[in-house]
Amino acid sequence: MPKWSYKGKEYEIDEEGYLQDWQEWEEGMAPELAGQDEITLDEKHWEIIKWLREYFIKFQIAPPIKMLVKEMGKRFGPEKANTKYLYELFPGGPAKQACRYAGLPKPTGCV
Amino acid sequence: MAVKPKVPKGVPYPDELSKIDYKPPQKGWMDTLVEFKPGTYCYGATIKNIKALESPNQREWSSKDKDWKLPENWREIFLEGMEDRLRKYRSFRLFMDICVRCGACADKCHFFIGSGDPKNMPILRAELLRSVYRKYFTAGGKYLGRIAGARELTYDVLKELWYYAYQCTECRRCSAFCPYGIDTAEVTIIVRELLYNLGLITDWIAGPVVNCYRSGNHLGILPHTLKDTLDTFAADIKTITGIKVEPTINRKGAEILFVGPSGDFFADPGTFTCMGELMIFHELGLDYTWSSLASEGGNFGFFTSNEWAKRLHYKIYAEAKRLKVKWILGGECGHMWRLINQYLDTWWGPTDFLEEPVSPITGTKFENAKSTKMVHICEFTADLIRHGKLKLDPSRNDHLKVTFHDSCNTSRAMGFLEEPRYIIKNVCNNFYEMPPNTIREQTFCCGSGSGLNAGENMELRMRGGFPRANAVRYVHEKYGVNMLANICAIDRAALPALMDYWVPGVGVTGTHEMVANALVMKGEKERTIDMRGEPLLGKEAKGDV
Repeated sequence: MPKWSYKGKEYEIDEEGYLQDWQEWEEGMAPELAGQDEITLDEKHWEIIKWLREYFIKFQIAPPIKMLVKEMGKRFGPEKANTKYLYELFPGGPAKQACRYAGLPKPTGCV
Repeated sequence: MAVKPKVPKGVPYPDELSKIDYKPPQKGWMDTLVEFKPGTYCYGATIKNIKALESPNQREWSSKDKDWKLPENWREIFLEGMEDRLRKYRSFRLFMDICVRCGACADKCHFFIGSGDPKNMPILRAELLRSVYRKYFTAGGKYLGRIAGARELTYDVLKELWYYAYQCTECRRCSAFCPYGIDTAEVTIIVRELLYNLGLITDWIAGPVVNCYRSGNHLGILPHTLKDTLDTFAADIKTITGIKVEPTINRKGAEILFVGPSGDFFADPGTFTCMGELMIFHELGLDYTWSSLASEGGNFGFFTSNEWAKRLHYKIYAEAKRLKVKWILGGECGHMWRLINQYLDTWWGPTDFLEEPVSPITGTKFENAKSTKMVHICEFTADLIRHGKLKLDPSRNDHLKVTFHDSCNTSRAMGFLEEPRYIIKNVCNNFYEMPPNTIREQTFCCGSGSGLNAGENMELRMRGGFPRANAVRYVHEKYGVNMLANICAIDRAALPALMDYWVPGVGVTGTHEMVANALVMKGEKERTIDMRGEPLLGKEAKGDV
């Protein structure tokens, strides 16, 4: 199992760099994980990451994009309620990239 | 203006990838060692998942490493497993014995067409195992060795078996052309099972199996998550139609249990198909329920081992029994239907605790589902349309020029060819078929079935999907087709990326999404948007036109 070192501690990650235990995640990890994709997190990224965590804690799964879009609209207004906006922030795909920075597992199955 | 292709990370551009070299290597196939090319194979399963899958040999390993940390007696484990299966399955022994190497299958495989790798010819892919069979299980092979087409099971051979077992989507197109009817998918299935015995599973398959065993679906959706998801769909339906649908979950005594693929809860465009189903059931006043435990039609256990397939499959029937429904209606799912039609009865015997399915709306008896008690939603809907029970306005799909991709499992494993076409022709005005040798029982695979729809093997997926995409491109250029309809969740997950890469400008839809667009519901408001929230033709907001 590959390991990822953060603040002198080793964490288990999978081959694509997803943290294996979402409960080990802390906020300071997100900028470092994003840095691996040369992304600098700003407030707009954090709005999404924080909500992903909220949703995951409640439902034990990352939210469908559809819900993410809806929620962004509800919280921050219609200009943030579209997939184009999300892809601008996370070019590798909001589900894949944002989940990785948020320390959440990626969805599996027929998806 | 031509739309630019979307190229997944690490995959060459389409014009590069389409230069396929069909020249076989200099040396014979036994002397050509397997080479693990990045982008063409999946990651190994994590130890957590290997343990949860109860593989007899559990350890950490990586498919990228040279050393797979196999147990010392790996060869014995593999061969014992093979012996056991040769004894158990007459079909397997037959498939090992009877191939006459006529080559009819050679150029029928999408992976061979897309890669040019001779070991992706179905005949040679099976020969990888047949050569081992001859060496250890036939007298000729034992004594004559290579002359008899036999070879030792070495570490390299094992790796080769792994590499190519995960470059087969078990789509069975080759079998449709085999004069002996050899089911090459069954050979792949056995190889994967033997590899499972050694703990050599891929994570993309293991994860869903573990989730499904725990929570009833591949994604790991919990009951309250399912409730929240369906509520969200209901809210969207309200926005589009003005009508409030009220689906129930785990409701005992409902007449029908509905089971679809869990991908449709999660990812677009599957979600629109799920919403479409909710709308039709509501419109009919159907007495049906969802189940949170049988919240998955798909079965990645089928890509792991027979035991796991059996175990995951039965949850559907166990739930039908628990909820005391009369019969089961199944959604637009692919390999679920192969399992229902070709495995269920041998695994579990006749389902005598349910009733023979009868449509409560039309009174039609589904004779074909007498034994399984499970009806495909396309049969159900086609029957409704035939009896005039749905009010449809196909002009609402006028923004679409549609072609239909037959899913491998529904077409080849259940001969399910007319119903989806009948539905599509009734709900949209522009339908065009792809060339005849690429549809119906000769359909080309999406290139990502049987658990190959991962992210790390994108090059393989684009190669495997090339023949399908090529046929779509033909109707796209000839008729302006802009929508690829299907009836399988892996299709809905895999084809969008395939289209974006090979035929940009073509979208992907489930069949019941189009039904939902066309469905005129009682008391609905005037529709201005389709299921995706896009404006309908002629209903665009002023100023946009």
